[in-house]
Amino acid sequence: MSISLTEAFRPARPLRWDIILSLAFLALLAIAALFPWLIAPRDPLQTDFGNALMPPSLEHFFGTDKLGRDVYTRTVYGARYSLFIGVLSTVLGVGLGVLFGLIAGVSNRLTNEGISRFFDVVGAFPDLLFALVLITFTGPGTWNLIFAIGIASAPRYGRVVRAETLAIRESEFVQQAKLSIASHAKVVIRHVLPNALGTVPVLATLGIGSAILGAAGLSYLGFGPQQPIPEWGSMLSEARGDLRVAWWSGFFPGLVITLTVISVTLVGRYLQRRFERRSVS
Amino acid sequence: MVVQSDLAEAGIAIERDPPPMGTTAAGRRSALWRFRARYVAEKILSAVFVLWAAVTLSFFSIHFAPGDPVTLLMGEVETPELRAAVEEAWGLNRPFHEQYLSYLGNLLHGDFGFSFAQNKPVNDILFGPQLMASAQLTAFALVAALVIAVVLAVLTAGRRGFVSKAIQLGELVFASMPSFWLGIVLITIFAFNLGWLPVTSGTNLQKLILPGLTLALPLAAVLGQVIREGIERSLEQPYSVTALARGIGPTRLKYAHALRHSLLPATTLAGWAVGGMLTGTVVVEQVFGRSGIGQATVAAVTLQDIPVVLAVAMLAAFIYVGVNTLVDILYLWIDPRMRTR
Repeated sequence: MSISLTEAFRPARPLRWDIILSLAFLALLAIAALFPWLIAPRDPLQTDFGNALMPPSLEHFFGTDKLGRDVYTRTVYGARYSLFIGVLSTVLGVGLGVLFGLIAGVSNRLTNEGISRFFDVVGAFPDLLFALVLITFTGPGTWNLIFAIGIASAPRYGRVVRAETLAIRESEFVQQAKLSIASHAKVVIRHVLPNALGTVPVLATLGIGSAILGAAGLSYLGFGPQQPIPEWGSMLSEARGDLRVAWWSGFFPGLVITLTVISVTLVGRYLQRRFERRSVS
Repeated sequence: MVVQSDLAEAGIAIERDPPPMGTTAAGRRSALWRFRARYVAEKILSAVFVLWAAVTLSFFSIHFAPGDPVTLLMGEVETPELRAAVEEAWGLNRPFHEQYLSYLGNLLHGDFGFSFAQNKPVNDILFGPQLMASAQLTAFALVAALVIAVVLAVLTAGRRGFVSKAIQLGELVFASMPSFWLGIVLITIFAFNLGWLPVTSGTNLQKLILPGLTLALPLAAVLGQVIREGIERSLEQPYSVTALARGIGPTRLKYAHALRHSLLPATTLAGWAVGGMLTGTVVVEQVFGRSGIGQATVAAVTLQDIPVVLAVAMLAAFIYVGVNTLVDILYLWIDPRMRTR
């Protein structure tokens, strides 16, 4: 044994600076979403035509838009909408995916086959196009956007849960549980479900990133929260018209979207690596 | 009838069969071909089933969608006689299964139906110059993405220097960027500040470069990561050590041996990449004010023009399933491991 004492007391792998920065940025976003007035004292809807399209300055960190609204304040308040949509649609997608994946995994062959074929069919449409189809029926709006993105992402999670469930229901401890516990539902909920979740938390973390991107894209097209709500995607689509004279009113919201998705992705990958190491050992 | 037999066969199709066995060389060869034929048939059948189900889903959505197409068609005037005449002309009074069969038949002939909201055939809205414009854009973007990804991955794989780190960070950033923001940034820099490329005027090629890069760079970032990981994994294999021992240079090892292995996992992303391109054009055409399928889709969603949006979605599904099936089948030949199974 050649492990030195210092090595033995060091954690397996120290937290890395990219993860620390990501978590710090996500914490900042959480503050922006919950208590935006703490870091942005102005009113996100206050127009000021005398100060329209002002470049970034000490007074307006990110400049002002064509109605003279403060872009920094709007970006901070926008965190609420973008994160809300991203997180809630992921929760919906994971919920539906887990429910149907689990049902497929524990059911008889016909139901199992039917649900997994249904996942295949829905999965054949690209996520965003499927969401667009749903929005064509429901019309635009915040809640419709959440439903569209959530439902479109459900097959991704459902497939994973179904595969895990199929593997776990044959394992010995489940067979044992079936002998000692009478109710089938109890066995599924207490023993199969927790183990079948497997990588779902990790996938969900990574999924929040793509849900935020997708939501921003759809609201850029005008299918999300309507004016004058300061959602990041719709801020960018407003800024598109003033691009020649004012780069800042679209640059900063886009930068914040990018930083958010990078942070979520880095944290998700970190969790993924930890999860993989745990399942190897 | 067709439906049920399809379902049954597709149901069997996902069952994995045992590897082919044979005692003699000829026996092994014919077993291999039997395995291949069966595998190809399974893949094609399951693709046909998925597409049939997608089309049926679309038919039901159109049929049971809220809103009455006849009212849209009649416009201002509304009399029972006119209503009957319109229903007769469009076959809307025929029994449900007849409408379904004629919908399937029309689709097989490439006819995506009629947009009552825009009073035009869906094909006229989507598949004229719009299809050409979007196809040019996606083809340009796919080629650009592949070239960028392969070059960057070969250059940086297995290296730990500053440049490699910077390129990997760049890949993460580009993969996390919303494409409309990338488009806006590219327009600001190259069109407005540097004045190198026009946004609306200019030749076809000039107008293709910025939107093409907007689509290509995020894809290149994802592909680059996958290919680099493949190259690095392959560099750890014994055959790489053998090749190095034979005196091959590290760069040649990467592009002559490791790249080939790393492209295998990358081909499985082909369907996803092409499907993603189609979705990407929806946003990118809007940012650059290019006419194309993407812009027609956005207009159709706003008009709640369900047949047009579904036609785009079905087109994407056809392409996605088609490319994936093709890749699955090609795997029989490009992955040597499939020969020994």
